[in-house]
Formats: sequence, structure tokens, C-alpha cells
Amino acid sequence: MNPNVLLAIPLLPLIAAIIAGVFGRQVGRAGAHTVTIAGVAISCALSLYVLKQIYFDGAPTFDAPVYTWLVSDGINIQVGFLVDRLTALMMVVVTFVSLCVHVYTIGYMHDDPGYQRFFSYISLFTFSMLMLVMSNNFMQLFFGWEAVGVVSYLLIGFWYTRPSAIFANMKAFIVNRVGDFGFIVGIAAIVYFTNSLDYKEAFAAAPQLVSQNIVLSHTTSVAALTVICVGLFIGAMGKSAQVPLHVWLPDSMEGPTPISALIHAATMVTAGIFMVARMSPLFEHSETALTFVLVIGATTAFFMGLLGVVNNDIKRVVAYSTLSQLGYMTVALGVSAYSAAIFHLMTHAFFKALLFLAAGSVIIGMHHEQDMRKMGGLAKYMPITAITCWIGALALVGTPFLSGFYSKDVIIEAVGESHRAAATYAYWCVLLGVFVTSLYTFRMLFMTFHGPERFRHAHGHGHAEEQGTAGDPGPGGALAHAPAFATAGAHGHGSAHTSAHAAEVSHAPAHAVHSSGGHGAGAHAHEEHDRSAPHESPAVVTVPLIALAIPSLLIGGLTVSSVVFGDFFGDAIFVLERNDVLGELAHEFHGAIGFALHGFLSLPFWLALAGAATAWLFFLKKPSLANTTARTFGWLRTILVNKYFFDWINENIVAGATRLLGRSLWRGGDAAIIDGAMVNGTAAAMGRLGSLLRHVQSGYLYSYAFWMIIGLAVLLGWFLWR
Amino acid sequence: MQGFGLLSALVWLPIAAGVIVLLLGDRRIVTGRWVALIGSLITLVLCLPLMTGFQGGTAEFQFVEKLRWIPGFEAYYHLGVDGISAPLVLLTAFMTVPVIIAAWSVIETRPSQYYAAFLIMEGLMIGVFSAMDALLFYFFWEAMLIPMFLIIGIWGGPRRVYATIKFFLYTFLGSVFMLVALIYMYLKAGDYSIASFQALPLTLNEQRWIFIAFLLAFAVKVPMWPVHTWLPDAHVEAPTGGSVILAAIMLKMGGYGFLRFSLPIAPDASRDLDMLMIFLSLVAVIYIGFVALVQTDMKKLIAYSSIAHMGFVTLGAFIMFDIVQNTGSLKGAAMGVDGAMVQMVSHGLISGALFLCVGVLYDRLHSREIAAYGGVINTMPKFAAFAVLFALANTGLPGTSGFVGEFLVIIASFKANFWYSVLAAVTLILGAAYTLWLVKRVIFGPVANDGVARLQDLNIREFLILGVLALAVLLLGVWPAPLLEMMQASIHHLVDQAVASKVPL
Repeated sequence: MNPNVLLAIPLLPLIAAIIAGVFGRQVGRAGAHTVTIAGVAISCALSLYVLKQIYFDGAPTFDAPVYTWLVSDGINIQVGFLVDRLTALMMVVVTFVSLCVHVYTIGYMHDDPGYQRFFSYISLFTFSMLMLVMSNNFMQLFFGWEAVGVVSYLLIGFWYTRPSAIFANMKAFIVNRVGDFGFIVGIAAIVYFTNSLDYKEAFAAAPQLVSQNIVLSHTTSVAALTVICVGLFIGAMGKSAQVPLHVWLPDSMEGPTPISALIHAATMVTAGIFMVARMSPLFEHSETALTFVLVIGATTAFFMGLLGVVNNDIKRVVAYSTLSQLGYMTVALGVSAYSAAIFHLMTHAFFKALLFLAAGSVIIGMHHEQDMRKMGGLAKYMPITAITCWIGALALVGTPFLSGFYSKDVIIEAVGESHRAAATYAYWCVLLGVFVTSLYTFRMLFMTFHGPERFRHAHGHGHAEEQGTAGDPGPGGALAHAPAFATAGAHGHGSAHTSAHAAEVSHAPAHAVHSSGGHGAGAHAHEEHDRSAPHESPAVVTVPLIALAIPSLLIGGLTVSSVVFGDFFGDAIFVLERNDVLGELAHEFHGAIGFALHGFLSLPFWLALAGAATAWLFFLKKPSLANTTARTFGWLRTILVNKYFFDWINENIVAGATRLLGRSLWRGGDAAIIDGAMVNGTAAAMGRLGSLLRHVQSGYLYSYAFWMIIGLAVLLGWFLWR
Repeated sequence: MQGFGLLSALVWLPIAAGVIVLLLGDRRIVTGRWVALIGSLITLVLCLPLMTGFQGGTAEFQFVEKLRWIPGFEAYYHLGVDGISAPLVLLTAFMTVPVIIAAWSVIETRPSQYYAAFLIMEGLMIGVFSAMDALLFYFFWEAMLIPMFLIIGIWGGPRRVYATIKFFLYTFLGSVFMLVALIYMYLKAGDYSIASFQALPLTLNEQRWIFIAFLLAFAVKVPMWPVHTWLPDAHVEAPTGGSVILAAIMLKMGGYGFLRFSLPIAPDASRDLDMLMIFLSLVAVIYIGFVALVQTDMKKLIAYSSIAHMGFVTLGAFIMFDIVQNTGSLKGAAMGVDGAMVQMVSHGLISGALFLCVGVLYDRLHSREIAAYGGVINTMPKFAAFAVLFALANTGLPGTSGFVGEFLVIIASFKANFWYSVLAAVTLILGAAYTLWLVKRVIFGPVANDGVARLQDLNIREFLILGVLALAVLLLGVWPAPLLEMMQASIHHLVDQAVASKVPL
């Protein structure tokens, strides 16, 4: 492979980002989107070329440094690229989704005053993500890891006048830093044993590390690989939003929708999944770490999915779905089915980006309304959005022959095959998760695109603060009518489902300026509460939807036999013989079509169907039933609406205790003990002593300086002439 | 005996410029300002031959000058730099220029004395870093305090007298013990050369006393917990330039002192007392991190953040003994010191830049209270971009200089003890929390009040200095190799000195 081609892939988006960001005023709006789209388009084409070279032409793995970052104590830390089949696949996914999102942004951000800044950020993100996936060492991995986090921070807070957005972005960064804390300790552990930051060295040393321990205290020590892998995985839990570090992802929906699709669905949040797969030579040797991964993933997959069922904000439903799907990928990692995890990562990137962009299209069509209770029947007005959204949804729930089916079914079967501790728990989680996925997905489809048209009766935005009592709550609305006391945190940013929306729309000035593109009249209707009918979005929005719908339909069936059951990844992914569940499954695999046909007879399909039927009954056919059920299971509803109280605990107990500790160390430690008792106390004692020597202690600075010099002179004189 | 050379020029040229500015007086301040700027710029340009002529492969002192100073006393005017001091000399020359520019139209009372104080201080600080004679070192060390007292005492805030006296007493008390230690060693060695102090055999007990005397002097300067409380007060009262120099350069003298004096002169005592140093460093990182979180004054917050960041310097410097004990190998010892040095240089740039940012706001609204701001980005987008960049650098973001030192120290400390590394890594969370919370409250959000609504964005001077600092922070983050290469030989030499026993057999 040509190193210059590889270098160009991340650098083109970086250069484009600098041009659009620093010279935004000079190049103008059209200039900014032209240069960034050109940059990412060339990157995408080159990535495809690299994939072709490496997969079809059999080019060898590329692993070489670009330049030396630093040399410390003989340890050479280099910036460099490792491009094998895993990398090449990730590069294509990242640049392709990024390209779609770039184009879509032209429409979505059309009237936003921060147009150039936005393009600059998403190009910078593409650069950072590429540096992450292409890295051949832990330093650069950490660079990419943090850099995507920063761009995410900047983008969640893109509309910086909204209090909810700037709280969400800070929260995202800090929660991710909790993960990075584990990550850097894991990296330090690797250096401890290998004296190197290169993947190559670490992977080579892994088999020897099995017998090594890290001393925690005189009596306890832990297996080296457990510390390394759990540390690294804690990083992944932050970035890939696994319980309990998931809390930032739903709030990240404060950012503009294109980045929700790009960063918070398709690419950045999957960085943790990619990282663990990349580190498979390390994880494979730690049963403890993999079991930990499995439990965390399974818990996320099922319990986060449930939250999607009670949410009324269309973007947040998709966000909870993302959490749940990331859980599925993590489960796959936990049972050593790394290639299944990457396979699901890829299909998910396409259909979830599609769902987000479709949701964004709905939001544009609804004049920046995100509450599904004010939608309904949109299919008639937005046919392309509706059809593509249905495709994405069907892929998500795992309809046989669609790409999501292949990736999800493989994971479920792999878990069923696994003998790892906690595999049974994980199996039930992912199985029931299928029902839940189907339930929230169809609920979203029905509330948005079908049923009665509620937008005409919807009241003004200001009423949303009355916790959904304004207007017609709509089917299933009652599910979310729980007391949202979890959000009565110190920050006053509504983040429960009902009030979240209120918080978002109560900043009308911010909204007015980023109103929808290509239909100026709509923006005013939005403020006057006199809604014109929803309408289909312009081509820059619908074309990316179609571009993503195609792989959402086809990519799974086309690639499953090589990516999961074939030898696609070659030696990029390492699985021990005894852990090889996919190898076991491969014996029963007889082609993609047979697999899909068999899918109709399997339990997940029927669970998905049951979910769809439940959604149809509750949210389309007989909405009153939803309200009755919600009332019957009030306690459950309270737990779900408050998101298992994670936010409440974080904001009131964790943040509160932190501030209290800070204040007591400051007031008590610094001010009272150190300054009060010791410093000023000594000064006061000296003062009393000094009253005897009042003429010396004049209180003037020059006097002190004078005496200091006299003293020095006397001292020096004594030495000199003694 | 070599005569005057480049280092003398670096020491005396800014002092001469300072005297000229002083003589020109306030009435000819227009000329005075230009003299000050040109003086500081020439000093910076003179650092270029220092950089290009510096031999990275050797631990020997370079650009050495040696003249008899006090004959009866065996004290010499002896200057020279090695890989540990050269980067700090560069940093000093680099950071003085923005201070001069930042004062341009802001300082109205006694401007000539203000510029003169900074120029004289620049020369004296370069003297501290390049002195190879302990008495000369002490002379620069103490002399440098005088302009700083004046800067805080004359141009400071309302509680400047309290802050100045506190600062004075702390630093003076610490230094007195250092002087005693230096004189003790002079009596044993027969001259004041730092090299002969380093070669002097000392019993463990002697070393302990000397170590503690140095510790008092250097811990106050760094500052280390619990002798840190003068710093927030001094910063709050100091004018912008004073804060910049205080944070960027003066704190580094403590770290430099540990590397130049404590470790090589008292290696056995350093090994003996390393737990104390590590404990105090980790307290600085965590305790001070929590304290920083609840500050309501921007300068105080950055001051506390400085203390926490300097904790990495002392941690990196003193983990080598545990590394040797734990791994049975020297591998990683130099990495800790590398990290400490990079952290010093990086912190100089970042904290200086952050104090300049606060200065930009203070010049406009005359408040340092966080609550007086909010939504600054709406009226000052360029400023906001810089402030966010420096804030992220302060959180140790990879790609900025703030990452390099912390990364090396965390990795090296794992070799010493698992828990050191875990506790040090807590800074990732705390640093992000206090810095980004500050950014959220000051920079982001809707326009908070009329004052913020009337803010004017950066003028060309402010843009220039923040821009240059931003480039430096990014360059050092993306390509720290040249800095590490410059220091490498000297740091390996230092580690060899520190792990060898000096106790006479």
C-alpha cells in the first residue's frame, strides 16, 4: 500500500476542517461545504481503494510509523498506521457515513449562523476518528480517543446559548473522562510489562503476560491481563456508553441531528467496540475481563432498550436504541465473537445513521418539533422519509434478509453457544431485548408516521412545560407522565422526557436561527403556533437517506458469509480455539439465504413480531390500553421515566458530594487549618512577640527588604573576614 | 576561564533594557514601551543560537562562562546550561514577550516601572536557571523576588499588602534554610560550585538536613501542599503580567531546584524521603483538584489548577526510587523526570495563556468573579476559541502540550506502584471537571448581563499573543520529540546521580 495514500485519508479532512474553521468567513458557506465534502469524499474513495487492495488484491497488512512523537527513556513513541482488514472496513464505514452526513448537513443546517463552524467540526471529527482506527500504537489511539471526545463536546454544545446543551456537553466530556481514567491506567499497565506502546509488542507479549501479576497490596495481586483489559474496557464503557457510564449519550441529543447520526450512532460510540476487537489478542487471554464485558453489555442491551419505550422525543428514542444496540455489540465481544461485533457495528452504522437522519428529516418537516405526541400520520406528507425510516426500522428489529437481521441473529446465536460464566444471563437479555427493540421501534414508527394527525391540534411550545398535559397527549403519552423528579437537580436542565422537550424548545431564539432549510415560511409558522402542513425534505436530505437505505437493506446478506463465517478479518482478530463460538456456528451456516429462511422459524423473529403486534395494539389500535397499562404499572413507569435514577444519583449525590468535599477541603483545610491556625496563627503569635520589638516591625515592605539585605551582608561579612 | 558570552547577554540585556525604560520614565513611556518590547524580543532572538547551538547528546554544561566574582570566598560568576535548564531559559524568554505586549495600553499607573520590573525580573530569572555557582544562584533567586514584590505591591488588587507579605514571608523563610544548607556545603567543599556540591560525599544524616532545607525552599516555590496557600492569594492580587510570570516561570524554580539540587546533592536522603514527596504530590493532584472545583474566582481556580499540575512535576521527579525498587531496573526512571520537565514547560505555556485570558476579561469588566460572566462567546467568539483551546490543553488533551507530561508521569508512576498511577490519573476527571465547568459558566450560555453584552472581541495585540501561545501549545503537543531530545542526556545523567549513593564508605 502506498503510505502517501494512507496519509492523505486522515489529512484531507483535517485540512478541510482548518480551511472551513479558520478561514470560514473568507471561503463562505458554499466554500466551506464544498471543501469539506470534497475532502471527505476523496477520503472515502481512497478508503474504498484501500479496502479493495487489501481484500481483493491481497495486499499485505501495512504497519509503519509516520514520525517519531517522542523518545523517552529509550521508549520510542511513534505516530503510525496499522492498516489491515479490520482497519480498512472501519475506514470505509467512517468515511461513507461521514460523507452522507456532510451532504445532509447542507440541508439541515441551511439557515444556521454557525454553518462553517459546523462543517469544520464534522470534518475535524472525521480526521480524529480516522486517526483512532488507523493507529498502530496506544498513544495515538488515546489521541484519537480523546480528540473524537472533544469534537463531540464541541458539537453537543454547538448551540451554546442553550443551557441544556452546554450542560450536556460538559457531562459527556466528564463521564468520558471517567472512562479514560481506566483507559490510561490500562495503557500504563501495558507499558509496565512491555516497555512499548506499539500494538505489535503488546500482542506479541500477551501469551507471556498470562502468568504475570500486578501487586495491589502486600496480600493481594491481580492478573496483569485483567488489569490491562478491564482498564481498557472501562475506557470503552465511557466512549461506547455502557452502563453505568451511559448517562451522557441520551443528553448528547442536544446536539444537531447530523452529529447524532455521525458521532452518537454510527462512529464515535462504536470506537469502544472497535478498540476491544482490535485488542482481541489481549482480551482473549483474560476470562475475567471478558466476563465483565459480557455482563456490562447484556445489562446495557436489555435495560437501556426498555427506556426507549417510555420516551416521547423521537431523537431520544433512537438514542436509547443506540445504547441497547451498543450493548449487543459488547455482548458479542464478551463471548469472543469479535467479528460478529464488528459486523453488527457496520450494519448498525448504516441503519442507525439512517434512522437518525430520518428523524432529523421529520424534525425539519415538523419545523423543529421533536415530540412524537405532536406527530402522527406523517407518512402521507413525507413519503421518502417514511419509507427509508421504515427500512432502517425493519433492519433494526431484525427482519430476515435485512442487514440488521444477520448481525443481530449471529450475536444471539453466539451467546447461546457460549459457555462463559454469565452467558445464560446475557442470552436472556439479548433475547428479551429483541422484543423490546421491536416494541419501541414500532411505537416510534406508528406515533410518527401513522395514526391520527396530531400536529394540527398541537399547542404552542411553551405549553410543553406542563409535563405533557397540554393538548392531546396522544397514544402512549401517559407512559411518560410520571413525576419527573429525577431532574430536579441543581442544574435546572430538564432532562426527563417530558420536560426535556420543554427545555429544548423554551429557547426560542436559538431555535429561530437554526430553523429548517429550504422552506423559509415554515420558520415563522413555528413561532406563531400556526402550523403549515409538514412537508418532504429537500434532496440534500433525502438523497443521503436513500444512500444509507441501500446498505441497510443489503450489506448484511452480502457480507455475512465472509465477515462473520469466512476469513474476512484474517489475522486482524484473534480468537483462542476454546472460545471460538463463531467457528462452532459456522458448521451450521449454509449461506445467507438459508440463514434468513431459518430466521423465520427462530425465537427472535417471533419475539420481534410480538413486539410489533404489541406496539400496534397499544399505540395505533387502542391507545387507551397504553394508558391503562401505564397506570397499572405505576412503579415501573416511575423507574423507567427516571432512567433508573442514574441521573438523579449523579447530579445530587455524586456531584453534590464532590462539591461538598471540595468546599470542605477549601474552607476547612486551606482556609481554617493551614491559613487560619498555622500561617496567620503563627503570624499572630509573632505579632505579639513583635510588639516588644515594635520599632523593627514597621510593616513597610522596604523595611523588611532592608533588614533582609542587612542580615545577608552581616552573614556574608562574617564568612568573608572571619 | 571563559569570558562573557551568550548567557550573560541573556541575563544582562533585559536588565539593561529595564534600566533604560526606568530612566526614560513615565513621560517618555511611548519610547519606553518600544524599548521594553524590543529588549524582550532581542532576548528571545538571542535564544535561537542557544537552541541551535545546543548539543543534545551530552550532559555537559554548555555556553559556560566563568569569572572570578568574590575572590576570598571562592564564589564565581559561573553560568552554563544543560538539558534541564536550557528549556526553562527558553520558556522565560518566550513568556516575557507576551507580558510586555499585554501591558501595552492597559497599565496606566507608573508604566515605566512596570515594564522595568518585568525586564529586570526576566534577566534575573534566566540567571537563576543558568547559574552554576550556588551563591550566584542564591543571589538571582532572592533578587528576583524584589521586582515581584513590587509588581504585586504596586499594581495589585485591593488586598495586595496581605498577599505581598504572605508571599514574602513564605518564600523568604524557605530560602533562608536553603542558604544555611548552601553555606554548610561551602564549608565542606571549599567553593560554591554546584558541581562540587553534587560530588561532595555526605552522610545520610547530613543529607537529610540538607534535603529538608532545600525542601522548605523549593516546596514553597512549586508550591506543594501544605505550603501552597500563598499562591492563590498572590495570583488574585497580582496584575495580569505578574500572574503570568508567577505561574509560568517562578513556580518552575521549585521544580528546577529539586532536579538541580535536591536529587543530585542529597540522593540518599531523596530515596529515604521519597514517600513524603510522592504523598505530597498526590495530595496536590487530588486535594487541590477538589478545591479548584469550588472556586468562584477565575484566577483562584487557575491558581489551584496550577498547584495540581505542579504535583505531576514533583511526582515525576521522585518516583524513580520506587521504580528501581519495584522493577529492579532503571527503565522508566528517566521517563518520570522527562514527564516532570515537559510538564513544567507545558504548564508555563498553558497557565500563562489562561492568566492572559483572564486578563483580557478583567481589562474589560474589571471582575474576576465567575458569576460576573456567562455567554462570553456571543460577544467575543475569537477569544472564546482561544479560551476553550487553552482550557482543553489544561485538561491534558492529547495533541496539546498539556498531555505529554501527564501521560509520561502516569505511565512511569505505574512502574513505581499501581496506586500512584491510579491516583495520579484521577486528574483526568478532576481536571476536566473544574476546567470545563469554568468554561461552561464563563464562555458558554446566553449573554448573562449588560457587561457581557458590551464586550469587545480581541484586539490585534491580544489576538497575536494568544495566537502565538496557541501555536506553541499545539506544536509541543503534536511534536514534543525535539524538547525531549534536548533534555535526554542531562536527565539520564541526573538519574544516574540520583540512584548512586553519596554516603562515604
